[in-house]
Amino acid sequence: MTARSVSITFAGSGGAGVMTAGNMLLDAAGRAGWYAYMTRSSGAQIRGGEAAAMMRLSTSPVQSHDDRFDVLVAIDWQNVGRFSAEIPMTSDGLVLGDPDGGEFPEQIGAKGARRADIPFKKMAKEIEGGRPNMIALGAVAGLVGLPEDAVLGVVRDSLAKKGEAARTASEASVRAGMAFAAGLPACPRLAAAEGQSERLWSITGNEAAGLGAVRGGIRFVAAYPITPGTEVLEWLAPNLAKLGGVLVQAEDELASINQIIGASYAGVPSLTATSGPGLALMTESLGLAVASETPITVVNVMRGGPSTGIPVKSEQSDLNIALYGLHGDAPHLVVAPNSLADCAFSTQWAVHLADSLQTAAIVLSDQSLGQSRATIAPPADPGFRAIRLMPEGEAAERYRRYTNTASGVSPMAVPGMKGYQYTADGLEHNEYGTPSSAAADHSAQLDKRLRKLAVHDYGQHWADIEGDGDIAVLTWGSTTGPVREALERFRASGGRARLVSIRLISPVRPEQLAAALEGVARVLVVEQSHGAQFHRYLRAHYDLPGSVRAFHRPGPLPIRPNEIFRQLADWS
Amino acid sequence: MEATSTCPSYSARDYKSEVKPVWCPGCGDYSVLGSITKALAELSIPPESVALVSGIGCSSRLPAYTNVFGFHGVHGRALPIATGIKVSRPELTVIASGGDGDGFSIGGNHFMHACRRNVDMTYIVMDNEVYGMTKGQASPTTAPDWEKSKLTPQGTGINPFHPLVIALAAGANFIARGFSGDQNGTAQLITEAIRHPGFSFVQLLSPCVTFRPEQRDWKDMVHPAAVDPTDDPARAARRLMTDDGFNVGVLYRGSRKPFQPERQASVDSVADLEKEFVL
Ligand SMILES: Cc1ncc(C[n+]2csc(CCOP(=O)(O)OP(=O)(O)O)c2C)c(N)n1
Ligand code: SF4
Ligand SMILES: [Mg+2]
Repeated sequence: MTARSVSITFAGSGGAGVMTAGNMLLDAAGRAGWYAYMTRSSGAQIRGGEAAAMMRLSTSPVQSHDDRFDVLVAIDWQNVGRFSAEIPMTSDGLVLGDPDGGEFPEQIGAKGARRADIPFKKMAKEIEGGRPNMIALGAVAGLVGLPEDAVLGVVRDSLAKKGEAARTASEASVRAGMAFAAGLPACPRLAAAEGQSERLWSITGNEAAGLGAVRGGIRFVAAYPITPGTEVLEWLAPNLAKLGGVLVQAEDELASINQIIGASYAGVPSLTATSGPGLALMTESLGLAVASETPITVVNVMRGGPSTGIPVKSEQSDLNIALYGLHGDAPHLVVAPNSLADCAFSTQWAVHLADSLQTAAIVLSDQSLGQSRATIAPPADPGFRAIRLMPEGEAAERYRRYTNTASGVSPMAVPGMKGYQYTADGLEHNEYGTPSSAAADHSAQLDKRLRKLAVHDYGQHWADIEGDGDIAVLTWGSTTGPVREALERFRASGGRARLVSIRLISPVRPEQLAAALEGVARVLVVEQSHGAQFHRYLRAHYDLPGSVRAFHRPGPLPIRPNEIFRQLADWS
Repeated sequence: MEATSTCPSYSARDYKSEVKPVWCPGCGDYSVLGSITKALAELSIPPESVALVSGIGCSSRLPAYTNVFGFHGVHGRALPIATGIKVSRPELTVIASGGDGDGFSIGGNHFMHACRRNVDMTYIVMDNEVYGMTKGQASPTTAPDWEKSKLTPQGTGINPFHPLVIALAAGANFIARGFSGDQNGTAQLITEAIRHPGFSFVQLLSPCVTFRPEQRDWKDMVHPAAVDPTDDPARAARRLMTDDGFNVGVLYRGSRKPFQPERQASVDSVADLEKEFVL
């Protein structure tokens, strides 16, 4: 039995090497020409607790999970039961575990999947320096039909620094696992890889966001760590340095956002990354960036909220604060990547827009995009750069920093430009930047700041629109992955429906959306938020045609394709 | 962004703007504005090469009254903005300024960390022991028994914050106190603070004649410090133990290396970074 996609979970206690096995399987699949996607889950312990690597291997690009897992392999069973809700399985599934691996969790047993034993500990003892996780890797590779070469190649490369002995032990462990797999009950094997012309990348969404940032020209970053945004900053730290840029670890998010405002004012494209609690602290200064027209980009990797919420799990519930969290009338950009790879594109685009429009841009990524890893076709550089309109020539008269131009964008001088000194201000001001509470100045500057966002040509990037038919699924961000998959199934079952995934959340594009929904009689809104924030946003800013249904629920469990498919199939 | 080839000389007036201050007649901050512009003229720094950043408060209005590149940010955040400017454009002369509420209360955390980080900039706090702009509430430097605020009619009952002690403990590289009434003396202090590498902190006693009219008497209370500046933090700390709050002059000159990350590219383009992703 071959399949175009196979889903596997590695699980085990801390130190069992579950993530290593997962990463190696992902790399091996990528090298052999398959696409792979991996998310991880861990217990409450800060370090060394139980962990699960949830994988999906596929013949075509894959950046989200399937409805269920075909294989669960537990190196031991300690606390693995707590991942049960995240590992849906049916009776076709196969659960592999070590009979000496501790008590078999009831919740896993309740899934009714087939079971088979692999004596990881015993087998590892028989190999000098043998490693249970490498045996598990070999067993899974054997089960799904990954070529031995690809797996051993990855093992060799990853252990290159660990010395000869460690490498041979791991190779022997992988081989032992593969040999053992031959005697295991069958599970779906991956169909042959569709030849790739270029070598794939292995990348996380957070790394992709970092890449998009530097591609766009970001050269100053201020950082305050917070899960799940930290890896954006951690990727940027060494890479910015290589580009001659700077990353400063700030004392808190109030400092990080103000540092980037300072650096940007000084002429260097600047960014920070955070998550909900950090974004909340930044809102006052986001308003400062808007009012002083200082371009900045904030990547917000959403997690479960409110308050400290669920730091390691995904949710689309920072939409409201990103859109409406600023006091006063403060038009700004909100851009949302809708796939792991799109974290690069959307971040780069946001950086470009922030600098072009001299305002604040919030990139709304989330944990499921940011902390997942996938093998992807190398994303080409779309060419967006942070380019600012600057004054030219000698300053003839007193510089009007906030000149009320037709486009709303005024030439922005940077320190060092003789004759162009001005004071940037968060107080309402006149065209010179001088504080003013005059009604005429207030309305003129409010209009200008709104206009520059409204009249800009955002091209086709405001949304991804796919398919046709009189049903439309309207979504954004990470739920786009399962929606795409649900729509494929819906079309395969004879249905017709289109996808509209909105990337430019703010400013709103009512005319474009109306055109995208031309002829639509039913709209299904899909989002991962308890409060239906996206649905309410759509209702506030757009006219939705025909009848509308909202499918929304909170994290931490991901929305699965079949849930969406059922919504479509049952709506007749 | 061209550097000036010749070295023109400037007068204090070249650093002043046409904008009329909103300050009350007699406010100490007028004189501080004079001292800052005098110091810049003394140092002959081209106005376009100076960035002057502030937060919110009467004192924080200062940048708009100058002819340098200014940034009037939000309450308490002048130091992070100044840090971002200096770290990304080290060739600029960066000054942060503001009030005691701005710097020691809402911005207190940044004050401590700016001292520690030791970026090469100067921080001037116009201390009037009150929130002037919001019409007279107690600030961190207000005496515990000051009863004139409607918000704390019995006084705050808490000990005042000692900015010099904090600055020294947190690692500021240059620490001084001045009095706004002595415009030339203060200009000298600011000149030295700007020249000194690393984070220089200058506390300026600057009376709020409106909400603390008794501060008019400060002119008779300030006195030059009896001893010379020291480069020994332990000695500086001992001096602060007997400080009456009116000693003016330089207290401490440190020699800690300023924080300035290298900015040397080691790759030609972003594409070089992408290799790490290739399987
Ligand atoms: C976040 C925030 N909180 C409160 C205020 C109100 N506010 C404006 S100025 C100020 C205090 C200013 O005191 P200080 O820094 O000592 O300046 P001064 O007016 O005395 O020169 C306050 C509380 C504000 N602008 N922003
Ligand atoms: S209220 Fe006080 S600090 Fe503010 S301008 Fe008037 S005198 Fe100066
Ligand atoms: Mg004050």
